[in-house]
Amino acid sequence: MIKVKDLYKSFGKLEVLRGITTTIEKGEVVVIIGASGSGKSTFLRCLNLLEIPQKGEITVDGVNICTPGVNLNLVRQNVGMVFQHFNLFPHKTALENISLAPLKVKKAAPQEARKLALAQLERVGLREKEKAYPRHLSGGQQQRVAIARALAMQPKVMLFDEPTSALDPEMIKEVLNVMKELAEDGMTMVVVSHEMGFAREAADRVVFLDEGVIVEEGPPEQVFYQPSAPRTKEFLSQIL
Amino acid sequence: MKSLDYTVIINNWPFLMLGLRETLRISSLAVTMGFCIGSTVALARLSRYHILKLISGAYIEFIRGTPLLVQLFILYYGLPQLGIDLDRRAAAAIGLSINSGAYVAEIVRAGIQSIDKGQMEAARSLGMSGTMAMIHVILPQAFRRVIPPLVNELIMLIKDSSLLSVIALTELMRAGEHIRTRTYQDFEIFTFIALVYFVITYTLSKILGYLERRLQVSD
Repeated sequence: MIKVKDLYKSFGKLEVLRGITTTIEKGEVVVIIGASGSGKSTFLRCLNLLEIPQKGEITVDGVNICTPGVNLNLVRQNVGMVFQHFNLFPHKTALENISLAPLKVKKAAPQEARKLALAQLERVGLREKEKAYPRHLSGGQQQRVAIARALAMQPKVMLFDEPTSALDPEMIKEVLNVMKELAEDGMTMVVVSHEMGFAREAADRVVFLDEGVIVEEGPPEQVFYQPSAPRTKEFLSQIL
Repeated sequence: MKSLDYTVIINNWPFLMLGLRETLRISSLAVTMGFCIGSTVALARLSRYHILKLISGAYIEFIRGTPLLVQLFILYYGLPQLGIDLDRRAAAAIGLSINSGAYVAEIVRAGIQSIDKGQMEAARSLGMSGTMAMIHVILPQAFRRVIPPLVNELIMLIKDSSLLSVIALTELMRAGEHIRTRTYQDFEIFTFIALVYFVITYTLSKILGYLERRLQVSD
């Protein structure tokens, strides 16, 4: 589904990604861990070209998205993203947040977009919040609406950038549950998160990123409990 | 000391109302055009095209850095020398709009920049184009946020329209001056005119303040 080859990204003199190569299969759930500043968010943001890499190749569903002249908007329709701070549109209701892109980007008929949005709200368990504005929703509910918003574009891949880091502990679970259901439904997911529980239950593979390179990757049990690289051990001892 | 006699206002009522009508007409025209100019210039200033940034920046700096009175003189008395003859109403409308546009541009620019960049990222990540995101996501929020400074600018504009009397546009102020040269009752006339300006601006600020609160409740 996604092929990344020798990816480089720097901000000014700061080299954030220094040659990342990996493949994410269709239906695979990949969790990326790493210290802050390790480049994990930047890597994720390269996958939908919110950051433009300097060097390397990213192929999504057979299309090389790093070629000049590629239609960014088309690429992004296939790659949904969920942000740490939700980034819901505060002037729109939950339903409008979800139906906006289908309406404007895909030119869906209003009735169609509404039906689609309601179905997505149902999916994240917030059918009754259709008319609520984001500021009337809890953090967990906002993040679930944000997931529904991304899903409404029917993406082939979903990216999650620390989706539970801004949440109060009691709300983390409801968001992770939605993500687990999504994983069980076969969605291809790339998740930057330190939620070990989620990684163990839902991830097919954990990738440890350090200073812009992949230091270690493998099934969650292996990376978490039998890490081979000293940097991985050090990092895990700090967060576990 | 002469005693005050406000019957001069009543005696000249139709003429003063004619002036008031002109003030309101030219102000509402200038507000509308100023808003359009200002929004366009704000977007130009924030665009990635260097030339647009340069032109819009120069416009804002020049207009804000020179007095409206001088700008009006250039438009009405200066341009005819270049063969461009504007009638006084056109000169007044253009002058006031261009002037207001510069201030509106800075207000709108600040409003757009105050919106969290996550909003643009979220919109773009859904496949919206930059323009689409601007129209449906950024601008509605930005405009809502800058209602108070925009109302302030509207009030400034209405008051500034009194300067149009110098290019012989018979708005409220100029009407007062006409009556004054006949009656010499400056105090009565100009206190009345001050009151009229105050009633207009105060009413507007109350109405718009109410609308602003309404908008906030709904979002």
